Amino acid sequence: MDNSITNVRLPNGLQVMLKEIHTAPIISHWVWYRVGSRNEIPGITGISHWVEHMQFKGTPQFPSTVLDKAISREGGFWNAFTYLDWTTFFETMPSEKIDLALRLEADRMRNSTFDADEVASERTVIISERQGNENEPLFRLGEELQALAFRVHAYHHEIIGDLADLQTIQRDDLYNHYRRYYTPSNAVLAAAGDFESGAMLERIQELFGSIPGGEPPPKPGRPEPPQSGERRLTLEGPGETTYIQIAHHVPAGSDPNFFPLTVLDSLLTGPSSLNMFGGGISNKTSRLYRALVDGELAISVYGGLQATIDPYLHAITIVLRPDRTAEQVLAKLDDEIKRLQDAPPPVEELKRAVKQARALFAYGSESITNQAFWLGFSEMFASYDWFTSYLDRLGAVTPEDVQRAAQVYLLPQNRLVGIYNPTGNGEMG
Amino acid sequence: MMPQFFTDQSLFSKHNARYPNPHSLPGPEDITRVELPNGIVVMARPNFNSPSVALSGYLTVGGISDPDSMLGLAGFTASSLMRGNARRDFQGIYDALESAGASLGVDSGTHTTSFGGKALVEDLGLLLELLHESLRIPTFPEDQVERLRTQLLTGLAIRAQDTGEMASLTFDQIVYAGHPYSRPEDGYPETVQAITRQDLMDFHRRYYGPRGMLVVVVGAVDPAQAIDQVAAVLGDWSNPDQLFQSELPSLAPLPETRRQSITIPGKFQADIVLGVAGPPRRSPDYIPASLGNSILGQFGMMGRIGDVVRERSGLAYYASSSLGGGLGPGPWSISAGVAPANVEKAVELIRQEIARFINEPVEAEELADSQANFIGRLPLSLESNHGVAGALVNLERYDLGLDYYRRYAESTRAITVEDVLAAARNYLHPDRLGIAVAGPPWVES
Repeated sequence: MDNSITNVRLPNGLQVMLKEIHTAPIISHWVWYRVGSRNEIPGITGISHWVEHMQFKGTPQFPSTVLDKAISREGGFWNAFTYLDWTTFFETMPSEKIDLALRLEADRMRNSTFDADEVASERTVIISERQGNENEPLFRLGEELQALAFRVHAYHHEIIGDLADLQTIQRDDLYNHYRRYYTPSNAVLAAAGDFESGAMLERIQELFGSIPGGEPPPKPGRPEPPQSGERRLTLEGPGETTYIQIAHHVPAGSDPNFFPLTVLDSLLTGPSSLNMFGGGISNKTSRLYRALVDGELAISVYGGLQATIDPYLHAITIVLRPDRTAEQVLAKLDDEIKRLQDAPPPVEELKRAVKQARALFAYGSESITNQAFWLGFSEMFASYDWFTSYLDRLGAVTPEDVQRAAQVYLLPQNRLVGIYNPTGNGEMG
Repeated sequence: MMPQFFTDQSLFSKHNARYPNPHSLPGPEDITRVELPNGIVVMARPNFNSPSVALSGYLTVGGISDPDSMLGLAGFTASSLMRGNARRDFQGIYDALESAGASLGVDSGTHTTSFGGKALVEDLGLLLELLHESLRIPTFPEDQVERLRTQLLTGLAIRAQDTGEMASLTFDQIVYAGHPYSRPEDGYPETVQAITRQDLMDFHRRYYGPRGMLVVVVGAVDPAQAIDQVAAVLGDWSNPDQLFQSELPSLAPLPETRRQSITIPGKFQADIVLGVAGPPRRSPDYIPASLGNSILGQFGMMGRIGDVVRERSGLAYYASSSLGGGLGPGPWSISAGVAPANVEKAVELIRQEIARFINEPVEAEELADSQANFIGRLPLSLESNHGVAGALVNLERYDLGLDYYRRYAESTRAITVEDVLAAARNYLHPDRLGIAVAGPPWVES
């Protein structure tokens, strides 16, 4: 795929990334803000996600009743996501309609009203969203494990936030968070699709160029100190099914060790796709599937890395067979990790991991929305070069690199283990 | 030897007019459709923008043929197909597939068993080879069948804890009482336990065959070459004893509202599913109902229902409506997830919206908005090979005609507010709803 792009910074600090793709009459337009749950402290956990919701509640120019119909009327689809490190808004539209998306995003970068009644109504919506998540054992287990992994760093809490904060955050807290982080100098605008870059850049300058750049937002401090001993938790809840999550602290997305770890993860749990659109492939030949599922210890196993700004976690999730115990599964997992630490994996296994990554890239490149996603996403934790050099860097990983990554990161003292113990179908957790 | 159903190979040269303009919707001159002598229909459309290929299609066998005592049989059979065949064992199948970064899956639905996969274009042959082996020469290895059974049973245990799934399952039991659609396709623990390896083999022998089968290939490959590759692996398949599903019995609409609640202790939120049996995809009511459904619970932030339940009342994170369509009378339903204390309030708000929806025509502007949305989003749904393959499957499954997507804008714009009202009144009534709720116990204070 052709990766040539336009990458410029406007005088107000807004970074603009454009990639022309003329295969379909479609443009996908994204605005990324460098703010997420990483930027939150106790008392305002979940505020970034709530601000994202409020961005759909209107401005004087696009009141909420107009806003929620404007894009759909033009046949576009749009959504927003809040993550650990970032918040993003996108519209994918028929090419000739894209101006609406540009005007809308320029407007709500600056002019959202945050009406008090809308804040009140959204509070119960978000609490409902959280309660829906709490119905899922794996959400509850993941939330506990994250809290256990990060004693100091803000990755401690779930993106949706703690109920206590969702009940007490006020309109002005939300508005101040919005004004502090939703500024051109803290944003990346990325667009891919059927446009001419010169004309597109000119229009972006017209619409976004006059928005004041804004003060640089505060940088979160409080790095997580190294962990020096396994941490384990158990959680009880309804059902008949036992779930286990095992996590290890791993480096940030921009760290050179991220690539050996990506290969390591692929060997252990199967290839992960970082595509937001494009899908993945099965993992039935991965080492852990063979050991645990073919070995009749587990129903399923999957895992993956997250490309984050600060060091985060490699996590493995296992659904147990009803006739097995967590200890049996963990013992087998230890054997498989030890195998990777003791000897470098065969070259063929690495080659396969790289071919799988190449295929996942090809599937992802079918979607213009996904290509636009990558422009901005890669800038959030590294740079677009990270994306364009990804396959080459994976290809350069040696068996010894993978062994070393297993020796350095998959250590018990760097590990978190969470076990969801089911209490049956009639009892409370 | 080249099969004779290719009339003119020169049509398929790479720089020929038959190649689609990338900006055009699929239509008769860029979709190739052939019927193999054994009844398999093959459709192909090229796309050289990415070095990948998508495979899709179905066989005419599904859960509708399950005996009551063995509910889940069609699904269990479909899931067994890639667990071992006469040429490769389970690990051999997935070693070939995953080494190529390819994927393939077979999954049973109500009326059909669908398959889908993708690969880099150099591996299309492998994908088709594995499809051939899975569909035609599966061996149902004993150990794999038992491992799969344990996985299916755990899936059912997880389903029993899922408020959304349990509400949906209960909804089907209410609305489709006495009809095959009342039955969950993945069965119940006791019916999955009852299925033997012999049952799987018998089901496969009776129902799997080329008649009624569709194979779609979309991606960086010449249509002629794609069809040739399909014919090479499936062209000689025959099953003279292949059984077809019996006709669906008729379904009477509910004479009154019927409601059932499922209590799942330890949960935090309740899921509501309410609605009726809707029009089949082929019904003349389907398109007007589909536009109406958009207005009712899809458009913008989930239509009128999203507006009253989420935006104005703040009751739910999600509240929307959906229209199933399909070969039979699929559901026309509204779903919402709410705090247990708000179930009654949400049900009443939704009921009021249904009443308004059948008592007065939608606004002309609302209809125009949804029409514009349907027409505008069509090219977006055709962005990927997978999206185009799905669109081609629909053309064949519902016999829509190869020019359907070219006519789509015109036929969508032709629908009037009166058409929407008439279609809505044929199905929806606020006092004749199936209502299912699944969630934690709730005691009114």
